[in-house]
Amino acid sequence: MNWQLGTVVELREETERVTSIVLRLPEWAGHRAGQHVDVRLTAEDGYQAQRSYSIASAPDDDDLVLTVERIEDGEVSSYLVGELRAGDELELRGPIGGYFVWEGALGGPLVLLAGGSGIAPLRAMLRHHRATGSTVPVRLLYSARAERELIFRDELARAGDGGTVDVRFTLTREQPPDWSGYGRRIDRELIADVAWPPDERPLVYVCGPTGFVEAAADALVSLGHDPGRIRTERFGPTGS
Amino acid sequence: MLDGNAIAGTLEHIFGNDMTRATATCAGCDATGPLAETAVYLRAPGVVVRCRHCEAVLAVVVERRSRYCVDFRGVSALRTSPSP
Repeated sequence: MNWQLGTVVELREETERVTSIVLRLPEWAGHRAGQHVDVRLTAEDGYQAQRSYSIASAPDDDDLVLTVERIEDGEVSSYLVGELRAGDELELRGPIGGYFVWEGALGGPLVLLAGGSGIAPLRAMLRHHRATGSTVPVRLLYSARAERELIFRDELARAGDGGTVDVRFTLTREQPPDWSGYGRRIDRELIADVAWPPDERPLVYVCGPTGFVEAAADALVSLGHDPGRIRTERFGPTGS
Repeated sequence: MLDGNAIAGTLEHIFGNDMTRATATCAGCDATGPLAETAVYLRAPGVVVRCRHCEAVLAVVVERRSRYCVDFRGVSALRTSPSP
């Protein structure tokens, strides 16, 4: 797995702090939904900084999309969200990881739990599900602090067809007056409301900040879900 | 604290294969699970991988000038999974 150069073909501002970077990579060998890449920045003096970012596009999409949230004082994310421009080159390696991956052969039913920018790899799974015409039932719960922080909101809402794919949102801090989604943090009751019961053995993917993932995973296990059917991926500032 | 997914690239660079699906057994408490689900501290200094059940140190990964030193001191068994 070697480092390769991609060209930024487009930058999409998703929210105030989140940008999707659309990349064209001549040497890209394809990926599986849920995988990530390592991005490496090199300063003029040779100093290098490296971070992991989930791939938000499906294997079936034309371009590779990384959806990056700017973290305060983040030396890589503050460059990617704010300074990077279309036409620039970006050094990365991947695709990486074979654990937090979903493809049709793994079946379901599928429960996807996303916190904040943890929606990125789950969006890739949902797009792959749609592109392959999968009939595996999916339930997605996406938690954000406020409506303006929801990434891919319209696309996700459209993906929810009320049948095979069920998409729900929860806003933990601020809810608009006409809000029809949930308005609280993820907990046992919320998961019990969204997910299939444990005896249906859903396959669960949880991605978000560490606190979100821990809360969701603990709640799932306490409800009786098989830990072997729960796959988690945590992200956040690299410290502590 | 993150998890084993956060060091997937580094481990693949070292081992030549995806290691997130490999299962590790903790030498301290015998808990067994995928490396992806271990607790990972990226700035320890070096990378420290801990058992999610008993918090014992499973592994330490240190990089210096592009050389890696990997110490799996707390793992009694490491089993790789066949590629899907």
